[in-house]
Formats: sequence, C-alpha cells, structure tokens
Amino acid sequence: MIYLDHNATTSIHPRAFEAMVPYLRERWGNPSSPYRFGTEARVAVERARTRIAECVGCKPAELVFCSSGTESDNLALRGVAQALKSKGNHIVTTGIEHPAVLNTCKALEREGYRITYLPVNRDGVVEIEALAASLGAQTILVTVMHANNETGVVQPVEEIAAIPRKRGIVFHTDAVQSAGKLPQRLGELGADLITFSGHKLYGPKGVAALYVRDGTPLAPVTTGGAHEHGLRAGTENVAGIVGFAEAVTLAFESSETEGQRLRALRDRLEREVSSAIRRVKLNGARAPRVPNTSNMSFQGVDGESIVLGLDVRGICVSTGSACSTGDPEPSHVLLAMGLSAREAQGSIRLSLGRETREEDIGLTVQTLVETVERLRRVSSARDEAD
Amino acid sequence: MASAANDRKDDVQEGFGPVLFYNEVVIDHFMNPRNVGELDEADTDGFGLVGDPFCGDQMKLWIAVQAGRIAKIAFKSFGCPGAIATSSMLTALAEGKTIEEAKSISDDDVVEALGGIPEKKRHCSLLGVRALHAAIDDWERRRDRKEGRP
Repeated sequence: MIYLDHNATTSIHPRAFEAMVPYLRERWGNPSSPYRFGTEARVAVERARTRIAECVGCKPAELVFCSSGTESDNLALRGVAQALKSKGNHIVTTGIEHPAVLNTCKALEREGYRITYLPVNRDGVVEIEALAASLGAQTILVTVMHANNETGVVQPVEEIAAIPRKRGIVFHTDAVQSAGKLPQRLGELGADLITFSGHKLYGPKGVAALYVRDGTPLAPVTTGGAHEHGLRAGTENVAGIVGFAEAVTLAFESSETEGQRLRALRDRLEREVSSAIRRVKLNGARAPRVPNTSNMSFQGVDGESIVLGLDVRGICVSTGSACSTGDPEPSHVLLAMGLSAREAQGSIRLSLGRETREEDIGLTVQTLVETVERLRRVSSARDEAD
Repeated sequence: MASAANDRKDDVQEGFGPVLFYNEVVIDHFMNPRNVGELDEADTDGFGLVGDPFCGDQMKLWIAVQAGRIAKIAFKSFGCPGAIATSSMLTALAEGKTIEEAKSISDDDVVEALGGIPEKKRHCSLLGVRALHAAIDDWERRRDRKEGRP
C-alpha cells in the first residue's frame, strides 16, 4: 500500500506508541485521585503539558486538552461566543474553513449570531482587505485557519491576527494541518486561541489541544468536574496525552528536515503529473503551502473515480476532506477559489508523510496516468473539454 | 485494499459515518466497463444524453436497433464509480433485449444485477435508465419520421 492521505490521519510514531503503553497497562490511575497511584497519572499529564508548551512556545497553563481538533474548534468558537454574548454577536471566518469550524459557525448562525465568510483569491489565500472592512462594534471573534486541509495553502495568519488584535477582538486559528509540518512555533502566530491535534502529526487519535492565551474570554462547552482549568470537564485521556506530547516533540524536532524532504517529493510528483497528463490544474500551487500537500484537478474525470481507481491498485488518496466522502457536493474550498463545479468535481488531494519514499512517487505518477487515461476513455465530458 | 474492505462490508452499518464500500461486481464494472464507446452516425438508431442535476454526472448512450431488438449499445459517462458501474451494467442488461424488454429495465434491476451499491449511490442507477429511455424515445421519433407518421 502507498498511503498518500496524511492530511486525513497519520500512522502513530513508534516512540509515541511506546510512551503510551505504561499508561494503558500499569499506570491507569485517575489523575484526579487523591492517592499516589493517581498522582502518577497526574504527573504524566502535567509533564506532557509542559513538553507541548515548550514546542508551542506558551505557558503550560495555556493548554487545554480535549478529544479532537473538532472539539477544540468547538470550544474556541462556542466558548468565545458564550463568554462574549453580552458584548456582541458577530463572528468573522472564511469560506474555506474545515467543516469543524464552518458547521459550528452555521450552528451559531441558527442561534442568532451573525457570521461573515471572507472570500479567498484564486490561489486560495484570504482577502485581507475584506477582513478589516468586515469588523464592527459587534464583532467578538475572528477565526481563520492556518493551513487548509484540502490544498495545503498557508494563510498569512500573523498578518491577519494583527488586525483583530488592534481592535481587541479575539482571534482563533485552526492549525491542525500546519502543526508539526512547519518549523514555526505556534505561539508566534499572534493568535489568542490555537487548535491542533494528535493524529495529524503521528500521535494517537482521540487527543487534541486548544491553546488559550492568558486572559482570553472563554466559557466551557462541556461542563462537569474542574478538569483543564474548568474549561473541559472529563477525566483526562492520560495515555493519549502522553502519546500526543511525544508526537508533538518529535514532529517539531524534525519539521525542518522532514519538510524539505517532503517538499522535494511533492514538487517532483506535481512536475511529473503535469508533464505526463494533459489538462491538469494544480490548485493553490502558487501560494505558500505546507510541504506535503498537493491538490490537482483533472478535466473530464470525476475525483471519486480516480480515488477508487487508485485504491484498487493499492494507493490511498482522497477527494478532499475525509469528512465529505460520498458527498456529491463539490469541494467548498475549490469553489471558493473560483474553480467551476466540474473542475472541483475532478479534483484529488495527495498528502505525503513519514512513510513516503522516492519510489512511491514514480509508482503513483504511473498509476495516476493509467487511471486518468482509462477514465477519460469512458468519459462523456472528454470532447467538450478538448 | 478494496477487496479487504469489501470482506468487512457486513460489519459496517451506513449512517454512522461516510461509508463507501463497493462490492467486487461493482468494482469490476467500474474497472472494466462493458460497451464503452460511441456508435458511428450510420449505426446509430437512437441517442440519449442525460445529466444528473444532483451530482453533476452525465451520460451519453447510443443504440442500434435490428428487428425490434437492441443489437448494439454503447455509452460514455462522466461521473463517480457508481455512475460508471451502473451505466455499464445497464448496457449489459439491455444488450440483445427487445425494445419493450429494455423499456422495462428499472434502476432496481441495475442495482440488483450489481449485487447492491452504497445507499448514497443509488441515485446513480437512474442515470443509465434515463439515458436508455431517452435513446429509445429518439429511436421511436426517427422511426416515426421515416415512416411518415406525425
């Protein structure tokens, strides 16, 4: 199998796995218990928190552990909306966010909040001028993702964050797809709230974090015990948090060298596909991107058909977000970038990672060429596209 | 990979998340679609072009009719694996049938012949049936015109 869907999930790093095992096998105590067996688990959680804080460049107390990037996004958006309900009801986001943010915004819209969806240009970069113009007295939160999950396009978050900051408006960024892929420390993004997740950077599934800058107004979404400074009730996922910390440490240590390796492979993949197949469009390739991601549109064929054609040959790629599998709607990200519905329908995402080797690229290009040619022979859209 | 996933189909219930398991028959019709291509203008007795407004899929279908039977059938489809596999199976079912028999082929017949298709892809099976009906309508119009009927 050649796995080229690392933006969907990653394998667990053997060292992250090993670090978790004792907390599943022997040290299974509850970190909140009053005896030493519980304290052992508490120490593990707090050590993990400190290690992640060092990688992020924040204080340990500014990290809230939760179960997924989606939960972290929900806590950020709903938590600020709730905490600042009396101050205003306007939230600004973009049209290319992950469903975790987009559908939470839509849910808030139904609760009476007003949402502005900022446009992006053809390269998939948010129109910054539109951001300043959208802010008003009622604006309580701006949320703009760091790297896009479908295209890998990196938004100029530092520049974006400065605009709401000047006006005292809370700023959140979903950094799930950039954390560990870019050498940059998340704490330097200038955001008040940052979401990042374990299983996208070779940690376990079921664990993620929200960075909450000291003093950021935030109400809990999950109520219960006083866990995580009262911001996220529920017994800590001790083994998951330990594995998460190990994975974050490893990812940040290697992000520079691994990034260079993946960028070279990704660029080779795009070069060879572009020269071997006619009528291919590389989406977002002119903008800064995370080094592992490529999004391509093949005219006259359907992305899902390419995905199955490659799957049958043992290659895993996707049509965009894993969350939209089987969804007939073309990608909202590509439509926002100005692609036609047909172009968006013919797109696939390839995301490289730790397992990707030089020889995988050649084999993938070869199989992609055969698959697209075969589908174009079947396609009724071919003549029109010529 | 696909076959391994297929073996586990029964363990997975749709409705708990995105599930797209295609069985071996569907994958075979997707990988090796039957009757792909176009008929020459001279061979064509009926032509149908239909689009699926739900998902943007499209199908073109050609038939040659001899002695009241579908002697040749060819198709081209732009669409997802469900669209390609159901189009292919539809042409396999229709080939050699009388016009009346061909008219009675339903989307359920196509799905049944494939041994089932993911729930979200059921609508794809209508595409081929509609294209066949359009081609038969076209054949009837051409025949009526030739015979000088109104």
